[in-house]
Amino acid sequence: MNPTIAMITFRAMLGRRRALLLFGLPLVLLAMAAALRFTDLADLDTTATILQRFGIATLLPLLALIAGTGVIGPEIDDGQIMYVLTKPIPRQVIVLTKLVVAIVLVTLFATVPTLVAGLLMSGMTAQLAPAFAAGVLVGGIAYSALFVALAVVSRNAVTIGLLYALVWESLLGNFAPGARSASVQQWALSVTDALTDASVVRSTVDLPLAAALLALVTAAGTALAVVRLRSLTVASAE
Amino acid sequence: MSVLTLENVSRWYGNVVAVNGVSMTIGPGVTGLLGPNGAGKSTLIHMMGGFLEPSAGSVTLDGTPIWRNPDVYRRLGLVPERESAYDFLTGRQFILAMAKLHKLPDPGAAARRAIDRVEMEYAADRQIGNYSKGMKQRIKMASALVHDPPVLLLDEPFNGMDPRQRLQLMDLIRKMAAEGRTILFSSHILEEVERLAGQIEVIVAGRHAASGDFREIRRLMTDRPHRFLVRSGDDRALAAAIIADGSARSVHLTPKGLEIEATDFQRFTWLLPRLARDAGIRLWEVSPSDESLESVFSYLVAR
Repeated sequence: MNPTIAMITFRAMLGRRRALLLFGLPLVLLAMAAALRFTDLADLDTTATILQRFGIATLLPLLALIAGTGVIGPEIDDGQIMYVLTKPIPRQVIVLTKLVVAIVLVTLFATVPTLVAGLLMSGMTAQLAPAFAAGVLVGGIAYSALFVALAVVSRNAVTIGLLYALVWESLLGNFAPGARSASVQQWALSVTDALTDASVVRSTVDLPLAAALLALVTAAGTALAVVRLRSLTVASAE
Repeated sequence: MSVLTLENVSRWYGNVVAVNGVSMTIGPGVTGLLGPNGAGKSTLIHMMGGFLEPSAGSVTLDGTPIWRNPDVYRRLGLVPERESAYDFLTGRQFILAMAKLHKLPDPGAAARRAIDRVEMEYAADRQIGNYSKGMKQRIKMASALVHDPPVLLLDEPFNGMDPRQRLQLMDLIRKMAAEGRTILFSSHILEEVERLAGQIEVIVAGRHAASGDFREIRRLMTDRPHRFLVRSGDDRALAAAIIADGSARSVHLTPKGLEIEATDFQRFTWLLPRLARDAGIRLWEVSPSDESLESVFSYLVAR
């Protein structure tokens, strides 16, 4: 961790217009939860459906995409990364700091809102709210590592990330069960499933496998980002 | 005293060769890297700055390779050509952050020194996004100076500056060179390089075309056959007069006029009007047909 890099990254992330998305999406979730709570429609099933559909399947990947690519992608595109790279700082420190910032942002804007929304709707019933929050947290870590790596590797990280999250995980997952098992979302859901007694949450991947895959994706993403940053070629003006 | 050494450095992108077998040694003082746009100057500077791997050959600073060696940045400062710094920071915050990233023992003092150095104290608390081009260039300079490196690389530092800013920056670069630093800057403008650089390295089409002090380079660039296109009242008679005088290597009679290749630029420009007057021929047009820097450069390459 390098506090200076973290400071610059936080300021860049929260100062940009994209930051509005960071605030906007969780607000929608919280507003929905509050509305259901006050109309007394929030039974356990509804809570689970909303947290799964909106929390894990939408809020989590989108926020992780914004945070994960945002902490490093624009800096590479605009060339400011030169100011960080021309310092005697090991490249893994740079990547880890960026990753931690992304995870903190995802925690603040996805995990915490998921927990609050869950508590609003069902309280501590069946441990549903904390279980979903835990799922979003571990999913957020894996997604962040994935998207940070993507942003170092490709100038089209946002597009590729969106295609992965929307087409692969959401659309294809509905048709092909195999594709569904190979998705960060499902692994996050496995963690949630294991932590709650509610029978409405059902994942297709066993917990040990899901946990191993989450750890693997996180480690591989981080390693790839470090390797690629080490030999980052700055686009020449010519 | 630090020395940058390039040995037989080449860089290609796919099939395109951007830099081709360049060897040079850059020591203390100001060295100008001169060449037309697209000649490979930025590619070279990127390799010297550790942002591009040489496809062949080696780039070293005092014997240690630069590529994939972040430790080299303790002794190297780089001012990139791209304008963008962290626009949301003030100048002072930016330089202080750079000092901290270098893990300097007293980052606050180092930042103050660097800001003083580029005379940006008066604007240090304004956001970089609101700086003029010259101010941005100076704050970028301060960011490269904050750790007091013996080697400084500047990629097209004068681009987009007004004459006053240009003079200020030249002054600053001269002062830093006088302290024994090794400074390399790139430019496509001969006059800039001539005024500032003790040593000039000319790059054309990826090749190291010439090397020397400004007198040598100036001589290379003027002592060469110059081509002129001349239209006159009587091209044939004029051609005969020029050939008789012997100051031209060749004279072509074309429908557009006379194409003349002069061997002695000064003598020819002095002589032509007199010849025409003596022969009673009216000159309609005298235009140098290859005066662009590119053609000067390509002459140097072909030589």
